[in-house]
Amino acid sequence: MSIKPITQQTQQVQSDHVDSDQVVSDPIDKKSVGAVTALDIYRRVVLIRRFEERVGMLFRQGQLPGFVHLYIGQEAIAAGVCTALRDDDYIVSTHRGHGHVIAKGGDPDRMMAELFGKVTGYCKGKGGSMHIADFSKGVLGACGIVAGGLPIAVGAALSAKTRSTDQVAVTFFGDGAANEGSFHESLNLASTLNLGVLFVCENNQYGEFTAATDAMNIENVAERAASYGIAGVIVDGSDPLEMHLLAQQAVARARQGGGPTLIEAKTHRRDHAEGEDAFLAGQKYRSDDELAAAESSDPLNRIHKDLLSFNFASAAELETIDAAAVNKVDAAVQFARNSDDPTEAVLLEDRWVA
Amino acid sequence: MGGVIVSRNTYIASIRQALTEEMRRDESVILIGEDVRLGVFAGTRGLCDEFGPDRVIDTPISELAVAGAGIGAAATGLRTVVDLMFGTFLYLAMDQIANQAGNMRYMFGGQTSLPVVFMTQNGGGLGAGPHHSQPMHPLFMNMPLIKVVVPSNPFDAKGLLKAAIRDDNPVVFLNQLSLGATRAEVPEGELVIPLGVGEIKRQGSDVTICSAGLAVHRCMEAAEVLASDGIEAEVIDLRTLKPWDKQLVIDSVAKTGRFIAVDESYPTCGAASEWAATVAEFAFSDLKAPVRRVSNTDVPMPFNPDLERQVMPSAADVVEAARSTVGVGIGVNADGMPAVDGD
Ligand SMILES: Cc1ncc(C[n+]2csc(CCOP(=O)(O)OP(=O)(O)O)c2C)c(N)n1
Ligand SMILES: [Mg+2]
Repeated sequence: MSIKPITQQTQQVQSDHVDSDQVVSDPIDKKSVGAVTALDIYRRVVLIRRFEERVGMLFRQGQLPGFVHLYIGQEAIAAGVCTALRDDDYIVSTHRGHGHVIAKGGDPDRMMAELFGKVTGYCKGKGGSMHIADFSKGVLGACGIVAGGLPIAVGAALSAKTRSTDQVAVTFFGDGAANEGSFHESLNLASTLNLGVLFVCENNQYGEFTAATDAMNIENVAERAASYGIAGVIVDGSDPLEMHLLAQQAVARARQGGGPTLIEAKTHRRDHAEGEDAFLAGQKYRSDDELAAAESSDPLNRIHKDLLSFNFASAAELETIDAAAVNKVDAAVQFARNSDDPTEAVLLEDRWVA
Repeated sequence: MGGVIVSRNTYIASIRQALTEEMRRDESVILIGEDVRLGVFAGTRGLCDEFGPDRVIDTPISELAVAGAGIGAAATGLRTVVDLMFGTFLYLAMDQIANQAGNMRYMFGGQTSLPVVFMTQNGGGLGAGPHHSQPMHPLFMNMPLIKVVVPSNPFDAKGLLKAAIRDDNPVVFLNQLSLGATRAEVPEGELVIPLGVGEIKRQGSDVTICSAGLAVHRCMEAAEVLASDGIEAEVIDLRTLKPWDKQLVIDSVAKTGRFIAVDESYPTCGAASEWAATVAEFAFSDLKAPVRRVSNTDVPMPFNPDLERQVMPSAADVVEAARSTVGVGIGVNADGMPAVDGD
């Protein structure tokens, strides 16, 4: 599936406000991504995958406190979007946020340390899985509150506009988040202020254990863009290269003052939260067919295949990148294990600014 | 009470039992919220099988609209239980709870009653991080006409939830996050604990320790330690925080002459502040020592489980405060501030 307009109305509404052609383009030539960027995307996809696999294992072994929501299955979105961003662009993440941080250049060591609650972690062990941030990389934080991040991204884009920079702000959020008031208010505000925001909806078809089809009576979240006079597009969120090309167009438009875009990336997640089988105690909320579909649209397989078929890399080269990712994750776990817990002094740090 | 079946329930099973019994008893009771059919906290699990999807209603992730729908339905003939999963999600529903539910009956000159229960999880203890671990009760205590309930055990949870559902006023019903798996003997059938009535969990003559929810357990542990020092603590579980059982507390202080308020919330305008102020105002002549408060450290709930434990009142904090009021040991900083407040 390639980028396509959502509905007739969407395009009509857009035409007053934005140049929709820049976003709603013809079927994409994925090869146009080029070998260098494509390999960069692959590197990020595979690092997210190996990181999350390890986190899942550590969690199941009882080594991590709290709970974790893994990004496995959705890697194409973070990697595709963040490779279209500059270092000084902003992202705001979600409860399922590890992939976003890695894709924006976050340090796996400090991430893993945070998941262990260690003082060397990004938030000194005070945030945890749902609250990793790296302001030096433009990562304004993951968020445990569904749809909590959208207004923050609007504010970052407002700041960029007021400061006359051309920085762009991206907010990732789920299909479930699109039913919060915060989603609607943020789209409208970004539209009326004409801000450079990418609203990236990761539609993995479930919010916890409720199907998106039971939570809204339209097929596509992107249709909602029309209500706010902004561009809305659908993309195959399991395809890293396609994801990247679409994001590139929306980013370019945002940078040039063309306003916000709602991107709906259709995707699959594995589980809602790690360890949910035990919690569900045999209750099922999705069919085996759906699970098989998720398996067959695996973004890592997809980009692996593309890179080979475009002759961007050999299988051996990809294997080397994969092995390097595994090493990085090994090192991150070592780093976390060798780190100290925060002391009571850390508990009282970071309160008021003096 | 011959023939009553008593089982060793978990807290969550007690919640389920109360909901089941009330939904059987009164067809106007409905349950609405995110994933209530599957039951994220399992307290609502299985109810849809018995009562069907018209009375056990799954919703989109839209706390404001869901809470408001609970209010609108309650104003028009239903009795609603709105499940809001985690306490912090009440912030998203706040306009409907605070502005609408809290004001509606009074502002409209008594034209309606509002039998709606907003049920959620409260406080910390699971390493869930700052967005999933906040004490919410003082916020609602600060609103004129909202009832606030924080049970400390499975028995009370059942009896109080049944009372809350039968109550014609808005009730914020807060289950302590870390009590879900605790167990107690709970009878099946009619068990209704009236709202606003506290309970003396342990008799004592030397110091009154007042609390609710999870903190009650810390106070009971502390009382054991104090007893070995020869200090007999009277431990009160208020159970309902608004309206609350002032008389029970004042009568206890008349007996003990010392008062410690222990609450898992923040020191400024926390529940403990209200209790301490009330004792100072109405039982001053009975006091032999200044009242003491033991509250959370005034920071967001940190993720690291050790830090989280440090934030919440511990049995040791309570022991220290009690000893200081009976003149044994020193638990007060040079400036007279309790050492447990963290600043
Ligand atoms: C305001 C709020 N409501 C409910 C929750 C509980 N919750 C956590 S994740 C989640 C599902 C979110 O679904 P979606 O936005 O589709 O993201 P996904 O988990 O699928 O990535 C819910 C309901 C929450 N964290 N915040
Ligand atoms: Mg989802």
